Amino acid sequence: MRKNITIGLMIIICFTLQNVLFRSITFGGIGPNLMVVLTSSFGFMRGKKNGMIIGFFSGLFMDIFFGSALGLYALIYMYIGYTNGAFHKIFYPQDIKLPLILIAGSDLALNLITYCLLFLLRGRFHFVFYLSNIILPEIVYTIAVTIILYPIILLINKTFDQTEKRSDQKFV
Amino acid sequence: MSPIIKRKRDKFTLPSKYLLLILTFLCVILMGITFTTDYLGGSLGTISGYVVVPFQRGVSSVGGWLSNRSEELAQLRDVLQENEELKKQVDELSIQITELQQEKYELNSLRELYELDSQYADYEKTGARIIGRDSGNWFHSFLIDKGSDDGIEIDMNVIAGNGLVGIVTYTGPNWSRVTSIINDNSNVSGMILATSDNLIVSGNLELMKSGVISFGQLVDSANQVAPGDKIVTSQISDKYLPGILIGYISDIQTDSNNLTKSGKVTPAVDFEHLEEVLVIKKQKQQTGDGS
Repeated sequence: MRKNITIGLMIIICFTLQNVLFRSITFGGIGPNLMVVLTSSFGFMRGKKNGMIIGFFSGLFMDIFFGSALGLYALIYMYIGYTNGAFHKIFYPQDIKLPLILIAGSDLALNLITYCLLFLLRGRFHFVFYLSNIILPEIVYTIAVTIILYPIILLINKTFDQTEKRSDQKFV
Repeated sequence: MSPIIKRKRDKFTLPSKYLLLILTFLCVILMGITFTTDYLGGSLGTISGYVVVPFQRGVSSVGGWLSNRSEELAQLRDVLQENEELKKQVDELSIQITELQQEKYELNSLRELYELDSQYADYEKTGARIIGRDSGNWFHSFLIDKGSDDGIEIDMNVIAGNGLVGIVTYTGPNWSRVTSIINDNSNVSGMILATSDNLIVSGNLELMKSGVISFGQLVDSANQVAPGDKIVTSQISDKYLPGILIGYISDIQTDSNNLTKSGKVTPAVDFEHLEEVLVIKKQKQQTGDGS
């Protein structure tokens, strides 16, 4: 229960930071995507199911406040969380290379899907422009923010693991 | 471990594959509902509004306070210098004002004569703070801190300074979403102020990088429209009130069909540094019904 509340709070905090704080420190109008960092890192830290649910709620928040169709971002983020969960087995907390690659890959996938569904279908064919002016800058900025944010998420995950172990021991 | 506890624990675990499938269906159904009907998740918006909006208000007010303080420090020196210059100007202007007041009196009497009314000033407006911007980099919509409790309704026009910012597309009890005119999928029906020719102003992400948006379908048979002309919202739009400034033409060219013209518009509003907006509490449809 405490875990769920903490995760819920983290989603709200990341959502707020992304909309308010990082929107006022954009570089060339581009801001980072904290929701992908959160979804992706909980995905590979805690497995498919957790990643999936966190992705679903993160996406749902974005749908409610900014989306054109309810459920679209929820669906995309859910699959991002689920796919990242598949890497749970080869994840080690000490290694930062895999998380960075996975988060960058998730952000790329998210933006490509967004481009295809919301821009390409409306006849915006200038893909190279969107790639170089929106997708790549966002990935770079997101990775930069990840380096700061990732240790915090890792720490929170560690406390979850410890409380789980403790409660397991209580049963025994 | 006792078997009873173990069984209870097993009962609650649903394999993630099935959960994924269920949630996928849920999302698809939700999308289907929002596309086919006007339902935009009313209750969801209400609940999440009460959860998220207080956070956003807090962070945005703290951020606003900090940026204001830093700006104040930087500007203090300039302001002192400006103050002296302005004092001189005040003297000059006060003389001008008396002249203008006389002219205004004249203008008013002339207006009455022509039965013209300044429509712009008559609209009831309410100020709102921007508390959040679109989380992605693809669209330009933002959240304001007033909602249906403050009398905001969908399709109300939003302005800032002198220009059109956008339109309210969703309202929660204490927040609303404003879709701006520079958003990639928004179109505004406008007209050239000087010649009353109609045109369509559409937002464009690609052009917005250079600070302009595009317009098209301008029939300018007399060939009078030139860069610098004012574009305002037109009478024929069903959502935008007439006569609100959109921007200025910065570039114009004839389309390949030789009938219409298209080009670029510089918006009148600085969308990068928007902090407060005004919502016009009068809708186009009501205007039609009322009179």
